[in-house]
Amino acid sequence: MHSESSADLLIDARGLHTYYGASHILHGVDFSIRRGEAVGLMGRNGMGKSTLLKTMLGLVRARSGSVHVKGEDATRAAPHRIARAGIAYVPEGRGIFPNLSVRENLVMAARAGVDGRREWTYERVLQTFPRLGERIGHGGGQLSGGEQQMLTIGRALMTNPDLLILDEATEGLAPLIAREIMRIVSLVKESGIATVIVDKNFGAVNAITDRNVILVKGEVVHEGAAEDLRGRPEVHLRHLGV
Amino acid sequence: MDFHFFLIQLMNGVQYGLLLFLLSAGLTLVFGIMGIINIAHGSFYMIGAYLAWSLTGKLGSFWLALPAGIVLTVALGMLLEWLVIKRLYHRDLLYQVLATYGLILVCEELRSVLWGDDVRGFNIPEALNQSIQLSETLSYPVYRLWISGVCLAVAVLLYWVIQHTRLGMKIRAGASNREMVQSLGIDIQIVYRIVFAAGVTLAALAGMIAAPVSSVFPGMGNHVLIICFVVVVIGGLGSVKGALVASVMIGLVDTFGKVLEFSVGGVRLLPELSSMTVYVLMAVILLWRPEGLFGKKL
Ligand SMILES: Nc1ncnc2c1ncn2[C@@H]1O[C@H](COP(=O)(O)OP(=O)(O)OP(=O)(O)O)[C@@H](O)[C@H]1O
Ligand SMILES: [Mg+2]
Repeated sequence: MHSESSADLLIDARGLHTYYGASHILHGVDFSIRRGEAVGLMGRNGMGKSTLLKTMLGLVRARSGSVHVKGEDATRAAPHRIARAGIAYVPEGRGIFPNLSVRENLVMAARAGVDGRREWTYERVLQTFPRLGERIGHGGGQLSGGEQQMLTIGRALMTNPDLLILDEATEGLAPLIAREIMRIVSLVKESGIATVIVDKNFGAVNAITDRNVILVKGEVVHEGAAEDLRGRPEVHLRHLGV
Repeated sequence: MDFHFFLIQLMNGVQYGLLLFLLSAGLTLVFGIMGIINIAHGSFYMIGAYLAWSLTGKLGSFWLALPAGIVLTVALGMLLEWLVIKRLYHRDLLYQVLATYGLILVCEELRSVLWGDDVRGFNIPEALNQSIQLSETLSYPVYRLWISGVCLAVAVLLYWVIQHTRLGMKIRAGASNREMVQSLGIDIQIVYRIVFAAGVTLAALAGMIAAPVSSVFPGMGNHVLIICFVVVVIGGLGSVKGALVASVMIGLVDTFGKVLEFSVGGVRLLPELSSMTVYVLMAVILLWRPEGLFGKKL
């Protein structure tokens, strides 16, 4: 890993210790993702997955450790700077703007990618999510859960990112909608955008990802190629409870 | 009531209401978007009025003083956001009130140093110093019509920016979820600075255009602060549309409240009533809708 140029690592987090007040959540986590790679981040409830994502995104500060984004130190960078470096985020609970229309949710985020690329336009997002096109004038708050998830993913793509981070992308969605979301995520991955996926549906994630990381109580207990996990039910049982 | 007399009172009420809107729009905007209670808001009205007076003297024309004053107040707003307001975003109400109260004192002191403590007056600009004859005895000043026109134009501009531009979308998004706005690569600090500077400028503009008809005096900002809060509370905290409706309602109620004192006349049962009508209106509306006309449900 150290042989490749550090700029190939979109995010390189080392030794992260994150606290909420007195509670110690991350215990020295290392996490990295390369250009074009798809990584699954797994673990049971409350193990620190969201906290790890937020720490890397600058939304929560690590007490120690470092975060490099494309080779540059971003440990203390403001969240909007990290986003501007090409990192897009679909948070848990979605984070659509309910007081903006579907169109406005998309348009407000529009931006060229870091290298000036504009592959993801308003039109392309609507082609990818035809459901959003039908609801274009509706308020974000009027959408169903699945539509909201499509809107957050579409909005993230409007920033033409190099990395898309999805926290609980299919949580609380009907199986059919969840499958549709996963299908789109794999399309996104195939278009060359790297992805970090947090999801309870272990099988669906594993089918898309190149590599998986399992967190238990704020520590990485397993890291390896997706194939490794496929034939190892004992790992699933022990760390994931599935 | 004679028709022309009624018409004049109606126009007066609307004009006062629209000016009130210009004055209070920034207060509700800054609260709604940034969550900041700024009790120094009235001071910007005073600064606007003094700027109009002093710049008209220096530049020789109200029409030069106006744009110069706007540029200066935009800069002042940005500076204050950077110096003071940005430290208050994560603080609670008490800190906000204390810090902005401090700003009132600073503004008054600055006014005293720069412009003295005297009451100032200056003339309505030549071009607008005319009246429209309505009947043999009644006429309406053109300058007041112009004030209404400016306020309406600003209201339309504000609506357009907030509803139809990307900046407006970012502003509204910031009101609902600042963290998410930042994670989309938008510097919320800049958005807030623009909103605050806009609020300062709107209040100062109200002071500038009102200056030729109201006199310019120390403490005039604190005078209007209370009525600004009445507007914001009636309209619903954070609602610009609510501020517009509330302002015009207050303008009309206040104007006709004062007139009716005469016409109920003969026996003046409650002479104090005229100065109370606005507060009665507020009480009635808040009993009916505690969150104000367009506020979010409490
Ligand atoms: N803002 C917060 N303040 C205090 N504690 C928090 C906060 N957010 C999360 N926690 C705690 O930190 C721990 C890790 O939470 P985190 O959300 O990172 O877990 P997670 O792996 O994403 O879980 P889930 O699957 O439920 O989303 C949990 O014990 C949680 O209760
Ligand atoms: Mg989580």
